[in-house]
Amino acid sequence: MVRRVPVGAHYGLRDWLVQRVTAVVMAVYSLMMLALVVFAPPAHYGAWKGLFAQQWFRLASLLFALSVFWHAWVGVRDILMDYVKATGTRLALQVLVVLSLVAYALWSIQILWSIS
Amino acid sequence: MSQATARNRPKHLNLFQIRLPIPGIVSILHRISGASLFLMLPFLLYLLQQSLQSPDSYIHFRALVGHPLVKLILLGLLWAFLHHFCAGIRYLTLDMHMGTDLAAARSSSYAVVGVSLVMTVILGVWLW
Repeated sequence: MVRRVPVGAHYGLRDWLVQRVTAVVMAVYSLMMLALVVFAPPAHYGAWKGLFAQQWFRLASLLFALSVFWHAWVGVRDILMDYVKATGTRLALQVLVVLSLVAYALWSIQILWSIS
Repeated sequence: MSQATARNRPKHLNLFQIRLPIPGIVSILHRISGASLFLMLPFLLYLLQQSLQSPDSYIHFRALVGHPLVKLILLGLLWAFLHHFCAGIRYLTLDMHMGTDLAAARSSSYAVVGVSLVMTVILGVWLW
């Protein structure tokens, strides 16, 4: 007889996958940036700004930033679940982390799209 | 496993008595480096903003990253990033059932610690 145990919010597999997909996105972007810095370093403000003025680079950077924030959420939540045993404190910290990460995401968009 | 050995097992995890195996050290460093990078996100975003906003803020950015204390912090974060990167790649290969036997898991752990330290020194010296 198969006994199904209907417990949990079932976000485990999704988070597991999110952690890995965002990791691959960040790794690809990081290697691209490393190649850029090694082979064609933007030596002055104009070159640095010009790089971010390109739409594809801006979108790639946003994708990287959002991957960082989502990845950080899964990781920090795991750390909080492991070490903060008091439910109220843990939930408060988790809310603080979520709000911070949402603010960082909005800030990133502002930084990337305020370049003329 | 004899009864005596089972009884002598520690009942709680004393961090000062545990001798963590090398994959365990890589694992806890993965946590510490990830947490450090998370905590420094606002600082890194601030640096990016200063570097892009205007020619004046760019000069401010260059002065900021030229400060020895900031350089030291960024060097620490460079190590955190490189360790997190290398350990992350290792975890992705473990997910694909590569290098899961004990000898391979140990040597890849040493590789993660070694490569990230060497890369930190190389990039650190170059960027300082």
